[in-house]
Amino acid sequence: MLSVLALTSVVLLGIASQSTALVVNTDSEKHALVGSDVRLSCSFFSWQWTSPEVSFTWHYRPDGAKDAISIFHYGGGEAYPANKGPFQNRLEFVGNPSRRDGSILIKNLDFGDNGTFTCDAKNPPDIGGHPSTIRLLVFEKVPVQAGVITGSIIGVVLGLLILVVAIYYLMRFLVARRVFSLSMSKHGKKGKGKEGSQQKQKPKVPLVFISF
Amino acid sequence: MADEAGLAKKPKMLVILFATIVLHLTSLIILFIATCASAWRTHGDTSYDLWYDCTQINGGYKCSGNGDADWLQAVQALMVLATIFCLISFIIFLCQLFTLVKGGRFFFTAVFQILASLFVMSGAIIYTVMSPQWKNDSDTYGYAFVLAWLAFPLTLISGLIYIILRKKE
Repeated sequence: MLSVLALTSVVLLGIASQSTALVVNTDSEKHALVGSDVRLSCSFFSWQWTSPEVSFTWHYRPDGAKDAISIFHYGGGEAYPANKGPFQNRLEFVGNPSRRDGSILIKNLDFGDNGTFTCDAKNPPDIGGHPSTIRLLVFEKVPVQAGVITGSIIGVVLGLLILVVAIYYLMRFLVARRVFSLSMSKHGKKGKGKEGSQQKQKPKVPLVFISF
Repeated sequence: MADEAGLAKKPKMLVILFATIVLHLTSLIILFIATCASAWRTHGDTSYDLWYDCTQINGGYKCSGNGDADWLQAVQALMVLATIFCLISFIIFLCQLFTLVKGGRFFFTAVFQILASLFVMSGAIIYTVMSPQWKNDSDTYGYAFVLAWLAFPLTLISGLIYIILRKKE
C-alpha cells in the first residue's frame, strides 16, 4: 500500500515538474524581401503567473557561422538591443512582456541577415525549457508558394474539360429536344424508330478490328 | 461460310483487343510511376524532383520539400494532368467498348490519350530544357525521368491505335 502511494506521488511529481517547464513558441521559418522590415515573434507558455522579472534573449547565428551572438535582451522591465554588431540601430522591441510576447522587429533587411535566430524566455521561477529557433530567409523577390502554379494549371485544365463536356451534352440535349418537338408536331406517334434496334441481347465479348 | 470466317478471325481480334488494353495499362502504370516517384535527377545517394529532394542516410531517407521553381511546378501539373487524362481515356475506352455502335471508332478514347501524350511530352521537354541551369553538373537523370520520356511514345502510339480501331459486334 505504501509502495503504491510512493509510486503515485513520484509519478505525479514527475508530471508536475514536466508541466512547469517553460515552452517557447516561434515560427520555424520566416521569408522576407530585401529592404523590408520583418517581425520575429516569440511567445512562451508557462504554468506560473507572468513574473515582473520575465526576460527575453535573442541570439543570432549567421548562415555558415558556428557561433551565435547575442543581439537583444529584455529584462527587469527594460529592453536592451545590442549597441554593437550587425543589427545596430536596426532592432526594435515590439513585444508585450505582460502578454508573454517577446517579439522584435528588424528593419531594412539585407542579404547578410540570412541566418538562425534563437529566442530564449525565462519566467522566474520557471526557468527550465528549450529555446526556440527561427530561420530567416531574405529574398530578392518573393518566390511563389509551392504548389500554387501546379494547382492552378490542373484546376484550369480540368475545369475546361468539364466545361467542354457540359456544353457538348447541353448541345446534344437541345438538338434532341428540338428534333423531338418537331417530330411530335408533325407525326405525333411515329417518332420511335430508335428503340427497335437496341434490344436486350445476351452480353457478348466485344470485338475490335483495325481498319484505316 | 461467313460464320467460319468470323470464327477464324475471332482469336485475332481478341488478341488485338488484349494487346491494346495491355499497351494502355502499361503506359498508365509508367505515367503513375514517373509522376509519383521523386527521382528525376540523382546525385549519388540523393534523388531530386519531382516533389522532394531525398537523401539516403543510414538506410533511411531524409527528405526536404522542393524549391518553388515556377517551371518545376508546371512540370508537376503537366505530369499529373497526363496521368489523369490517361486514366480517363482508359475508363472511356471501357465504356465505349460496350456502348459503341458497330463499326464505330473510338474517337473520345483517342482524343484523351493523345492529349495525355502531349502533356507528358511538354512536361518532359520543359524539365529537360530547364534542369541543367538548376542543379550542379555532376547529376545524372534518374529513372523517373527516363520513364516519363518512355511514356510519351507509348501514349502517342496507343492514341493513334484508337483512331484506327473499330468496333465489331
